[in-house]
Amino acid sequence: MSEPHEHAHHIVGPGVYVAILFALLIGTALTVWASFLELGLWNPVIALAIATCKATLVVLFFMGVKYSKKLTKLTIFSGIFMFLVLISMTLSDYISRAWGSW
Amino acid sequence: MPDNSVTSQGALGAKKHADSADNADILHAEHPPYLRHHFNSTEQQADAASFAMWLFLLTEVMFFGGLFTAYLIYRNWYYPAFVAGSHQLNVVWGATNTVVLIFSSFTMAMGVWCAETRRRKGLVLCLTLTFILGLCFLGIKTIEYREKIEMHHVPGFHYSLQSFLDPASNPEVFKEYHDKPLALDMARHTEIYFSLYFLMTGMHALHMIIGIGILGFMIFRARAGAYTAGHVTFVENFGLYWHFVDIVWIYLFALLYLISRHQ
Repeated sequence: MSEPHEHAHHIVGPGVYVAILFALLIGTALTVWASFLELGLWNPVIALAIATCKATLVVLFFMGVKYSKKLTKLTIFSGIFMFLVLISMTLSDYISRAWGSW
Repeated sequence: MPDNSVTSQGALGAKKHADSADNADILHAEHPPYLRHHFNSTEQQADAASFAMWLFLLTEVMFFGGLFTAYLIYRNWYYPAFVAGSHQLNVVWGATNTVVLIFSSFTMAMGVWCAETRRRKGLVLCLTLTFILGLCFLGIKTIEYREKIEMHHVPGFHYSLQSFLDPASNPEVFKEYHDKPLALDMARHTEIYFSLYFLMTGMHALHMIIGIGILGFMIFRARAGAYTAGHVTFVENFGLYWHFVDIVWIYLFALLYLISRHQ
């Protein structure tokens, strides 16, 4: 039991949380502002890109994944990767079929 | 290991026995009361609990992911109906609720920090603020739902197509978007938009209600000092849940309110 184990628990301080809070608020303002612009196809792309950036900040810092163990990181990554595989294959199927007149 | 006999023999006997066995760390008196016996250490116990929480959250990702996928497929099929439906939502309320949830995530993260650094009053304050912000979110959601009920935009027998067949009849929305009238068959598909709107925001609100209930329980226990004596697993795992619910809303706000504003 006396072998030196890695710091199992990293405590994230308030400074980081305040910085992330402001980053998220700026992201929200940015995405609302971008939705007023006329960008055609790029409107949903930009909205989802900003949402993904915000979600990544929440996962890495508020949820502390940046400081968590490799097992946790790998599990989350593989879960989200699996989700992306499911959603992209489903969507590519629906979009590429010749639906004709429905 | 004759663990029980060791502790009943008293300190001297226990020490002697432990020294001879060279495994003093398994003695009952030498581990915190919250360490379960099937774990080697508190670190291992905390890691296992956090890992399990993440597995649960990944099933939640799949659950909400199914709803998001359904939304994207129907939006692709009945695009004009989904754009017209989305124009009925109030972006100001949606953005306000996003800000409210971001602040509640921040107060929750600060609560976890207070628990880790054993600040009982700070923890109670943070949990109470999170609780109040959660209620604010639900209050704003209620205002939005009420508006939908008044406009007859709730799917069902009383659903009204008027806003979509004759957009000018709803001057507030019309002056902002100048929507063209939809054909009857496309106008009827707006009901699918609102079905998904209520399903997705409703499931999200249910998660909020469950979270607020657990927060109430945690405030009660935190006041008694339950989470500020070294055992913070419950607060940390609840924090993960609360942040996850925040992330779902970040995507709901983008998909339901924002991406169809200008088409």
